[in-house]
Amino acid sequence: MGFPDRIERTVEIAHPPAKVWAALTTAEGLGTWFGNQASIDLRPGGEAEMKWDEGHKAQMRVERVEEPEIFGFTWNIYGLPDDDPRRTYVEFTLEPAGAGTRLTVVESGFSQLPDEAHRVAVDGNTKGWAAELGELIEYLDAA
Amino acid sequence: MPPDTEAIAEQVFVALADPSRRSILAVLASGGPATATDLADRLPITRQAIAKHLALLTDAGLVIPEQGERRRVRYRLHSAPMQVAQQFLAALARDWDGPLAALKDHLEGTS
Repeated sequence: MGFPDRIERTVEIAHPPAKVWAALTTAEGLGTWFGNQASIDLRPGGEAEMKWDEGHKAQMRVERVEEPEIFGFTWNIYGLPDDDPRRTYVEFTLEPAGAGTRLTVVESGFSQLPDEAHRVAVDGNTKGWAAELGELIEYLDAA
Repeated sequence: MPPDTEAIAEQVFVALADPSRRSILAVLASGGPATATDLADRLPITRQAIAKHLALLTDAGLVIPEQGERRRVRYRLHSAPMQVAQQFLAALARDWDGPLAALKDHLEGTS
């Protein structure tokens, strides 16, 4: 068994899907149970952001909006630099279960390999820094 | 999952399991490229042991040997494999249980 590419959890909530949907897809909801503050443009391609009081934040891109069944977004892989192009995909699925909701969250994409573009970006950055430092030295030498 | 992802991560974790190799990587990370001699001056590790560790780290793609001054080989940290390993740590560190419990509390507690 290797490392997980996907994480899956299911939770039963004693409220109908419409109410759970609002908690997942509104700034008020996300900023209450998930982050401490949130904003969301709820449409595929829309931007969303959550902020925590400790100072970190998560930038998301909304991917799927099928009210009140499926809400999907991508975000940066936790711990990787902000400019890293790799993202994981998070999808919430809401199913009616009696008077309540069965909510499933799947986060996938943890085992992507950095692609060539990524390598180029990283190497580009390294060279970029060397060049910046070179320019700084030239600037100081000239002064 | 792609097998090489795991192979890359395993090499990173093997490399990091040894305290001498961790200290070599730490010196390269904080101070930039260095020769085996530089590293031997800075660390309580013999020149021979450093050469052995640098060979392993080079095979793992964690450091890249390059031509330094006076034709001395110096070693530069290569971060790509670390970022692969970091993805695995991210999967292990991702906490959905906490937020989902908070969601349940938020909805069920306020009704």
